[in-house]
Amino acid sequence: MTTKLLEINNLKQYFPIKGGIFGRTVNHVKAVDDVSFYVNEGETLSIVGESGCGKSTTGRAVLRLDDPTSGEITFQGDDLLALNKQQMRRKRKDLQIIFQDPYASINPRQTVRQILEEAMSIQKVLPKAERMDKIMELLDTVGLGSHQLDRFPHEFSGGQRQRIGIARALAVDPKFIVCDESVSALDVSIQAQVLNLLKQLQRDLNLTYLFIAHDLGVVRHISDRVAVMYLGKIVEIGEKKEIFDNPKHPYTKSLLSAIPVPDPSNQQERIHLKGDVPSPIDPPTGCRFHTRCPFATEKCKNEVPELRVTKDMTGTHQAACHHIEEIESGAKQPNY
Amino acid sequence: MSQNENVLEISDLRTSFFIEGDEIKAVDGVTINVPKGKTVGVVGESGSGKSITSLSIMRLIQHPGEIVEGSISMNGEDLLSKSERQMQQLRGNQISMIFQEPMTSLNPVYTVGEQISEVYRIHQGLSKKEALTKSVEMLELVGIPSPKERIKQYPHELSGGMRQRVMIAIALACNPELLIADEPTTALDVTIQAQILELIKKLQSQLGMSVFLITHDLGVVAETCDYVAVMYAGKIVEYADVHSLFRSPKHPYTVGLMQSLPRHDIDQEELNVIEGNVPKPGNMPDGCRFAPRCPFASDICEKRLPDLDELENGNKVRCWIYSDEWDGKAEVNVVDDYKTAGNQ
Repeated sequence: MTTKLLEINNLKQYFPIKGGIFGRTVNHVKAVDDVSFYVNEGETLSIVGESGCGKSTTGRAVLRLDDPTSGEITFQGDDLLALNKQQMRRKRKDLQIIFQDPYASINPRQTVRQILEEAMSIQKVLPKAERMDKIMELLDTVGLGSHQLDRFPHEFSGGQRQRIGIARALAVDPKFIVCDESVSALDVSIQAQVLNLLKQLQRDLNLTYLFIAHDLGVVRHISDRVAVMYLGKIVEIGEKKEIFDNPKHPYTKSLLSAIPVPDPSNQQERIHLKGDVPSPIDPPTGCRFHTRCPFATEKCKNEVPELRVTKDMTGTHQAACHHIEEIESGAKQPNY
Repeated sequence: MSQNENVLEISDLRTSFFIEGDEIKAVDGVTINVPKGKTVGVVGESGSGKSITSLSIMRLIQHPGEIVEGSISMNGEDLLSKSERQMQQLRGNQISMIFQEPMTSLNPVYTVGEQISEVYRIHQGLSKKEALTKSVEMLELVGIPSPKERIKQYPHELSGGMRQRVMIAIALACNPELLIADEPTTALDVTIQAQILELIKKLQSQLGMSVFLITHDLGVVAETCDYVAVMYAGKIVEYADVHSLFRSPKHPYTVGLMQSLPRHDIDQEELNVIEGNVPKPGNMPDGCRFAPRCPFASDICEKRLPDLDELENGNKVRCWIYSDEWDGKAEVNVVDDYKTAGNQ
């Protein structure tokens, strides 16, 4: 039986734009606009999308690093948005985050020992006397040596620094970790090491990940389920296999076909998208993808599509498009 | 392939940085040619020397860096003996370069139109008006909608993909014979990357230019290149046509790189990793530079650096396994044995 560890309903995150001589709010960037999903215990849900789609904002909102404009975030049955600052801080013992750039997210003036110790003392993880053992154990878990205990972050390579970031997140025995582009800055050979480590930790410690990434190869490798975001909305969500092998939303399809395949003899047909992602300040009406979608109709301009199930979807697969059936049957042809 | 028709020939290039009396060899003995009308890719991870190679071609290496040895020639003309003035004539006219970050390579205080027409005015001596007309044409060619309005805008008013298109327009303004593209799509989203790669390919066939493409992305290589050089720690470890490289990679590093890449088009249980890290530039191993991380490394690999030897099919590899002197396990199949060898 799977239990929902985290549940998010109708999450909205609007950032105000100040302007004019009085510095009044003149408009909003609708970074996340009505997003709902859940994460089961022990699984990895990935959020993918291009820059500005709201994937990182969603991750930050879960930890309340930015307070959401509206919506519900429930973690193990507790309403996170109802907690005050102090309670939320205590709650973060269970919810941790690993950032993209380990150099910017680790204090350069602390040694590895201090970094890990500080995390534990803030969350009062263990009695002081036992912390040292735990630190040594953590270093071993993430593949660093005990001789590196008193070194500063600048003495490590990028991959090793990311391991420090992981150790810091693990120091407080969390249940849930948001990985915000945690391997994006690393070279492939190092990226593979860190990905394997994250997978192994998940098995050993029964961790739950919300994995935010733009690299679909990485996402296919690490996820159980995948949510695709476009301009602040989830356009498709479902089991990894469904999203990659049976995508239904035209955006998911074009995203998948846009990735260069590392195999020159197996180049696939590409769905070309016109233009750029529109601005989230004034997103298109109706379906937000309609300005770039080769299948768009009048209906797409006027009505916002809801996430829904069509007949050849399996599992929890849902997509938000008005024309899935016509596109699948070939009744609608792309219009470039 | 007609070897005689090379637009660019680099041989034995060594570019070093002199820091506190030490010589750091960023590019160490690189030999590579770019045939006319073809795309040659250079792949490698950070610090492999791929960008320094491209900057060396443009003669844009700055102090404390220096081209120490080797030759670079374009259409038979030696680029390294040219004066700075002569180089300026060449840059933009015959060789152009596009960089990774279009925002930092465009001038924020000039409009897009001013920046493109500058190229025409300097290199072709056109008048302001003629240059602007040309600029509009060029923007149209690179697929920027309503170019007449766009030329009046500043770089910050454009999106990342648009800026990269402007960079390409500037680079291609004078029909260069050779385009050097240093990670041209790395900063862009995949759907925009696909547009830009398509554009470069289209313009290449229209204008008949050669492309020297620097990237870390094996997918981009597979899609755009005719020939590929794989660089590791300042040296080329493998050179092959793109089909051979992906069908049967020869160097253990190339194999490791491919097997550690998470793919979106197939399922993989566990990724194969290349253990350890790239060696520090000031502290290179004596033998093969990949030996400390190579699952096949044997005695000879640790003692002597292998040469970049030509194989029967004309491709090249820098690895002892393929030489007569190989003293490790007989019958090594680098692709199939990589994982098992790594687990020992």
